[in-house]
Amino acid sequence: MRTVSYIQAVTEAMTEEMERDESVFIMGEDVAWNMMGDCTGLVEKFGTERVRNTPISEAGFVGAGAGAAMVGMRPIVHMLIAPFMYVAFDQIVSIISKSTYTYGGQARLPITLRAPMMYGVSNAAQHSDRPYATLMTIPGLKLIAPATPHDAKGMLKAAIRDDNPVISFEDRSLWGQSGEVPDDDLIVPLGRAAVRREGTDVTVVTVAGAITLGLAAAEQLAAEGVSVEVVDLRSIVPMDTETILDSVAKTGRLLIADPAHEMGSVASEISAIVAQHGFWSLQAPIARVTTPHTHMPFNADLEKLLLPNADKIVSEVRALME
Amino acid sequence: MITVDDDLLREMYRRMSRIRKFEDTTKELLLAGELYGAFHTSTGQEASIVGSCMALRIDDSMVGTHRSHGHPIGKGAQLDRLLAELMGKETGVNQGKGGSMHLSDFSIGSLGETSIVGSGLPVATGAALAYKMRGDDNVSLCFFGDGASNQGTFHESLNLAAIWKLPVVYVCENNGYGELTSAKDAISVEDISIRAVGYDMPGVTVDGQDVLAVFEAVSEAVDRARRGDGPSLVETKTYRFENHAVGRLPEHYRSAEEVEYWRTERDPLALFRQVLIERGFDEQQIDDLDAAVSEEIVAAIEFARQSPAPPPEAAFTHLFSPSAG
Ligand SMILES: Cc1ncc(C[n+]2csc(CCOP(=O)(O)OP(=O)(O)O)c2C)c(N)n1
Ligand SMILES: [Mg+2]
Repeated sequence: MRTVSYIQAVTEAMTEEMERDESVFIMGEDVAWNMMGDCTGLVEKFGTERVRNTPISEAGFVGAGAGAAMVGMRPIVHMLIAPFMYVAFDQIVSIISKSTYTYGGQARLPITLRAPMMYGVSNAAQHSDRPYATLMTIPGLKLIAPATPHDAKGMLKAAIRDDNPVISFEDRSLWGQSGEVPDDDLIVPLGRAAVRREGTDVTVVTVAGAITLGLAAAEQLAAEGVSVEVVDLRSIVPMDTETILDSVAKTGRLLIADPAHEMGSVASEISAIVAQHGFWSLQAPIARVTTPHTHMPFNADLEKLLLPNADKIVSEVRALME
Repeated sequence: MITVDDDLLREMYRRMSRIRKFEDTTKELLLAGELYGAFHTSTGQEASIVGSCMALRIDDSMVGTHRSHGHPIGKGAQLDRLLAELMGKETGVNQGKGGSMHLSDFSIGSLGETSIVGSGLPVATGAALAYKMRGDDNVSLCFFGDGASNQGTFHESLNLAAIWKLPVVYVCENNGYGELTSAKDAISVEDISIRAVGYDMPGVTVDGQDVLAVFEAVSEAVDRARRGDGPSLVETKTYRFENHAVGRLPEHYRSAEEVEYWRTERDPLALFRQVLIERGFDEQQIDDLDAAVSEEIVAAIEFARQSPAPPPEAAFTHLFSPSAG
């Protein structure tokens, strides 16, 4: 075991997969310059052919990733930040998500999009979206949001080896966090949630960076005698509904903490699933701690007001316990 | 050759000085922690901005980018509400909602400064479409970077404008880099203006550090647009003196000598000062212009500091315009 940061874990995942498989390469804006610090050592090891700077042409290079994947490469496409995917939306939706289906299984798209998310840092509305729910409405895409260094490494490696398109939402609020990773090859299968803390009174399902808030809230609530089970969703599509339903069957109460906008969110989807399939376990209404349906303002205080935090989770859980 | 009288020269210098001092001040405030956010300054690009903006009328529109602190100033905006926006205040041009990457003052004809690279090109094209459809004699001007010229929106916009003969001027501010990547590595041609050939519109490259050269080229394009003869592409070769974003990113992608060369040999303000002297101004007159701008900056900071922060409800206002259909 070694202790590494989330961002180092991501670098290790890419490095190991590029070493292991010649068909893996990375492209995106300024990746060879290691602009974000997540590509440390890559260009030195693999050169600019496989660590490829692109022009600012998202539709072009995301679509080129799809084409390269169709003929057998395994591209990792770096989006810089998630909302830049909007520029490439047609390629993601019409080509990447649909080609395997439309061509009756003839097309294979082993492409990974890395979509770091930056919010809560006064970058205003256009830069701060957490767009996994938007993409969740599109069949044919696997969506992950690893929340620990262990999963950042193991899930990214699994994504690269997957024969399907995977979009990895990396919450930049987690990039600096440290955790243990094993020394040997680490693969974390996609599609499974993880129980991060066991509890008996309330289930708190967290999405992406909300893990930090969920765990902090659980700690605070424990002091008040409330036992919180924290489930880290990790994989958005496919979603591990079994782990969630099992937890709710045990606790009888559910809160979902999701930094994205509330309407049509991952939190909404989980709510619907539990209302439909776990209704008789529930002792209280389902609660959601999300971002309200408005844009991210530039003003730091206003933005902070909108985003989920541990206090909001604590007070919602208290209400559920009444 | 268009003639530029002394009043115009003075106003050009004044606007360039306002941009320079505004940026120097905001950089200081950012590094001191009073301002925040992703911060892309226009320092070094003053001639390109002012030469372009002054070719427009006040009622002509323009669209800017993530690097557009300077553009509204070039178009004639007041400094106080821009500074208040950078502080996230209620009195800011966007009432604290937009910040550094969206410093747009609609009162002087900005139609937005948009932080998604290349996203402004269609907007400027659409404004020109409206002017043409309504028979207005306005012109739309679009600022964008060398990096943005690689977006699909560049191709789509220039072609639309060409087939519809729209009154739009595309000003590509080629500062040599898009983030850390050199234009040489990202663009298939040396001069972006040559791409105009593919759209059958005029394309010229000018020295972006020479405000009069920019003014002349853009004025010609604006006149052409206003006459109904269609769009043009003007490329201004310029340089950003600061790093891509102030205080944030590594700067290993360009040499200190290169930056130093541009700062000392190719500073648009110093170059223009020389021109003014040749045109009969004396140093004192120019220093007086600078001094007046400094006073304006002090007042703007004061205004911004004294302004109230937006109330919590503001997070929910402006999602829609007030009138329902
Ligand atoms: C669609 C999109 N992709 C990437 C980015 C990140 N980004 C911000 S500025 C920039 C470089 C833009 O270069 P250029 O157009 O030359 O403008 P400059 O910054 O040099 O003024 C990039 C890649 C973005 N904002 N939008
Ligand atoms: Mg540039």
